[in-house]
Amino acid sequence: MTHRDYSLLGPDARRAVESGLAAAEWYHTDIPRKEMKALMQRADQPAIRDTVILYGCMIAFAGIGIALWPSWWSVPFWLAYGVLYGSASDSRWHECGHGTAFRTPWMNTVVYHIASFMIIRNPVTWRWSHARHHTDTIIVGRDPEIAVMRPPALLRLGLAFFGILDTWNGLGRMLLNASGRLHPEEATYIPESEASKVVLVARVWVAIYAATLTLALAMQSILPLMVIGLPRMCGAWHHVMTGLLQHGGLADNVIDHRLNSRTVYMNPISRFIYWNMNYHIEHHMFPMVPYHRLPDLHARIKDDLPAPSPSIAAAYAEMIPVLIRQLRNEDVFLTRALPEGARPYRADLHALPAE
Amino acid sequence: MADWIDACAADDIDEEDVIRFDHGGRTFAIYRSPEDAYYCTDGLCTHEQVHLADGLVMDHVIECPKHNGQFDYRTGEAKRAPVCVNLATYPVRVEGGRVMVQV
Ligand code: FES
Repeated sequence: MTHRDYSLLGPDARRAVESGLAAAEWYHTDIPRKEMKALMQRADQPAIRDTVILYGCMIAFAGIGIALWPSWWSVPFWLAYGVLYGSASDSRWHECGHGTAFRTPWMNTVVYHIASFMIIRNPVTWRWSHARHHTDTIIVGRDPEIAVMRPPALLRLGLAFFGILDTWNGLGRMLLNASGRLHPEEATYIPESEASKVVLVARVWVAIYAATLTLALAMQSILPLMVIGLPRMCGAWHHVMTGLLQHGGLADNVIDHRLNSRTVYMNPISRFIYWNMNYHIEHHMFPMVPYHRLPDLHARIKDDLPAPSPSIAAAYAEMIPVLIRQLRNEDVFLTRALPEGARPYRADLHALPAE
Repeated sequence: MADWIDACAADDIDEEDVIRFDHGGRTFAIYRSPEDAYYCTDGLCTHEQVHLADGLVMDHVIECPKHNGQFDYRTGEAKRAPVCVNLATYPVRVEGGRVMVQV
């Protein structure tokens, strides 16, 4: 059994570079340029519509929550607000970070910064970490965004549903950055020229949190924190629920996204919150395709991909037994069969998974 | 002075699009802008070694297919992270329906 070291500065990181797994050329389904160009086309309209709905619902839920405060009747509104604050912000951070949500660059930037604040991810740092996640998806020692490591830390994953460690780490990192420093791991993927931007954003955030806390103290009430800060925890569950499915229980150290990513059919509300990232193999294979065209991309290439999980529940039913087996043997993972006629899994640089 | 090389027919590139052109062991990207002007840059993104010809041309910007970094292909200027280093550009002229690049 191999022991994995997920540090970006450890032996697995060195091994990935030496073996050619780092920055490798990944498998892509063939799509003629004309079709691909059409799929990549950007538009403002779908994301403007979704953003108006999102922010409109957030203002309405928080407004009703405040109006009903401190009655228990306010609870459902805070929970709904929390999911939009603590989970829809994850997908908005993601999609606007790619710059694909809107055609107009400033719209991506504005929504990206708001979402980054809500999810407590420094918008500069995480742009770079996410770039590395796309270069070296689930390559141990290279990918800084591996959510389900092996053996899986089940308690940590459980706490993630309440955003506890994420929030703690995010705030800790914010304070570190605000003091003018980067974490040594951050320094492996953030160019020096960007460091001052990381620090500036962290200082602005510290000021916002300080103002919120001061207001809460002045009011002798946690109400200001119900609007800013706490929903990051009580609303995290949805983005964790969908996020763990992205790569959990699948292969690592491979260069074919069909082996390490999962596409899951989801209900429309989850798809709105998640901004279609349930088409996750498609997104990794072609990150240029905006979220609103991913269903079309899926229809176009699904014959070359393993069958999608039919629902969130089915995906968990498939993943959880694998994670439990990984507690005893971290080399265990799931390989899904490809449909007839699909190009075989790409096997250079890594052993083909057992059928 | 580098030579002028016949790279392709002007019609080989759609409007607001890009194609790859390999020459002398190097790779380039040749663009046709929305107003029908032609430009040439190095073919590989300056962030990682990815062919820009697989990316998307929007107005005067080429977006890299790997991490959505952007360059102004007229000047090579890096416009959007994660690209920070500008792209080399090369002179282009169109003669008799052929695109000539000086590389
Ligand atoms: S390889 Fe071009 S943006 Fe990263």
